[in-house]
Amino acid sequence: MRIEGVTKTFGEAPAVDNVSLDIYRGEIFCLLGGSGSGKTTLLRMLAGFEMPTAGRLYIDGQDMSGIAPCDRPVNMMFQSYALFPHMSVEKNVAFGLEQEKLSRAEIAERVAQILDIVKMTAFVSRKPHQLSGGQKQRVALARALVKRPKLLLLDEPLGALDRKLREHTQFELLAIQKRLGVTFIVVTHDQGEAMTLASRIGVMNHGQIVQIGTPLDIYEYPQTKFVADFVGAVNLFEGRLVEDEADHVRIRSEELGAVVYVDHGISSAPDVTVAVAIRPEKIGIDRTRPAGSENVAHGKVKEIAYMGDTSIYIVALDTGKLVRVTLPNVVRRAEDRFTAEESVFLSWHASSPVVLTR
Amino acid sequence: MQALRKHPGRRFVVAVPYLWLSVLFLIPFIIVFKISFSETRMAMPPYAPLIEWRDGVIVGIKLYFANYRFLFTDRLYASAYLYSIKVAAVSTLWCLLIGYPMAYAIARSTAAWKNLLLMLIILPFWTSFLLRVYAWIGLLKSNGVINNTLLSLEVIHEPLTLMQTDFAVYIGIVYSYLPFMILPLYANLEKHDTTLLEAAADLGARPWRAFLRVTLPLSMPGIMAGCLLVFIPAVGEYVIPSLLGRTDQLMIGRVLSDEFFANRDWPVASAVAILILVLLVVPIMLFQRVQKTELEARP
Repeated sequence: MRIEGVTKTFGEAPAVDNVSLDIYRGEIFCLLGGSGSGKTTLLRMLAGFEMPTAGRLYIDGQDMSGIAPCDRPVNMMFQSYALFPHMSVEKNVAFGLEQEKLSRAEIAERVAQILDIVKMTAFVSRKPHQLSGGQKQRVALARALVKRPKLLLLDEPLGALDRKLREHTQFELLAIQKRLGVTFIVVTHDQGEAMTLASRIGVMNHGQIVQIGTPLDIYEYPQTKFVADFVGAVNLFEGRLVEDEADHVRIRSEELGAVVYVDHGISSAPDVTVAVAIRPEKIGIDRTRPAGSENVAHGKVKEIAYMGDTSIYIVALDTGKLVRVTLPNVVRRAEDRFTAEESVFLSWHASSPVVLTR
Repeated sequence: MQALRKHPGRRFVVAVPYLWLSVLFLIPFIIVFKISFSETRMAMPPYAPLIEWRDGVIVGIKLYFANYRFLFTDRLYASAYLYSIKVAAVSTLWCLLIGYPMAYAIARSTAAWKNLLLMLIILPFWTSFLLRVYAWIGLLKSNGVINNTLLSLEVIHEPLTLMQTDFAVYIGIVYSYLPFMILPLYANLEKHDTTLLEAAADLGARPWRAFLRVTLPLSMPGIMAGCLLVFIPAVGEYVIPSLLGRTDQLMIGRVLSDEFFANRDWPVASAVAILILVLLVVPIMLFQRVQKTELEARP
């Protein structure tokens, strides 16, 4: 699967802007982006519902230009599921095979097989409106997979499910994908969904892919402020690069009121303005000042959000900058944890900050 | 039911149309039904009373079934009934064939166009129905617009006989009733989710197959509603066949009016009316069943 310089414009503004991308056989590729980032348009071009204004799409080396949706070796699972309301579960799933003019026996066998995989055998004769959201999702998945596509496109596959069901379904989706070996392209705005599902993530913004990488790459090594901010929570500090060596850099940040020492070089022009990104869970809180003068900041706890497993502390630094820190709630009693208005020191390991020049 | 108990005001809202229907439909129907069992006589009113009263006591009820028997013995009535059904059925089919693509096109056009096109569908109602049928006479008659145009273009050399034909009746009915087909179809097609068609295409169905397997079955309630809205009034249509139709073959609406006004045979006219109703009750019940199942099918 290869996307080469694809652009799609609606009127003036490009919805997808010169995107090039390779997707490997058998992987789960997530297109992650906010609304209006062009991810859905890109997906619809792969399915054939939209034609690219420029550029080409190849599936298995075959150029898809001018090939109608019904002739592509691609199937899609729609965000709304788009199940045929007048057909039973069985008929819905069989629909795609009937278009291939297969024998009845073969259709019945393949439908039964796929319904078994998605665990919907008990509901074959139900109509879509008699199914729950999770069941509809399974039928939609079965309907797309039964065609044995080379590529399965999933548009916000878990978007309509409630949270508990979502987590459960994520793992099931992974298991089914592994079992059938179909390449998945998933579009989502939910970074949690992208993280658990994807083997690789492409983060989209304003019609462009801003970073491609494994979930770990994207989260731990974001290349731009946008990616750092969009994927997960992050604290960003502006600063000046004061020392740039092969094995470390030092950044003086007025916002932070401290010097940040990072244990890797960034090979950039000296004395430029950079942003330092530190994830909230990589910051520690202490009542006493930790040793060393770098990677430490002082402030006051402003707000505490109790999340159950973790608590989020908003700490106002002496410079006025607000910092978000996430700590696991290791102890049970609230009095033993940090309280509001408490004076605290924030610190982090030299490997934690990411220095961003863009 | 619970809603009714909680809000007594709703009972009142429901009662108004029921009262309206019973006063303006049921009571006249009972009167007509009663007359259909009376014997004709030259008097005022022109039928014998069913119930004989003497000193405030009912002494005898005379039901006269001869009116109905008469309808079955004279071939005129049977042929008029069958002809009416045929005309209505053919006209309904044409309305469907013409109306479906129109309704589909309107349902798929942009909002601005939608309003304009719907306006155009409803526009003819602003002119008198009678006037519009008369206008067709002007178009269809042997020295009318159509014949004159064809003659002057030398497509034909003799004027075509268009008036007083089945063709003219079909044109008249299809023309007049087309909006009744288009509007319910539009109301149905407009609600369709177009992603269903994308899903069908994605699963390998060509546009025509997707239409047959997805759009058509889902528009069935609209088709039924439109067909019944055209078929039921077309069976009893009086004006169009009288003005445009054949003189040797009458439709049942014309027979009814002739019996009533020309022959002053109220009982037979009533019997004809009752039989039309019976003939139409079946489609009406069908219509209501379809509506009911449509409501139930909705998630």
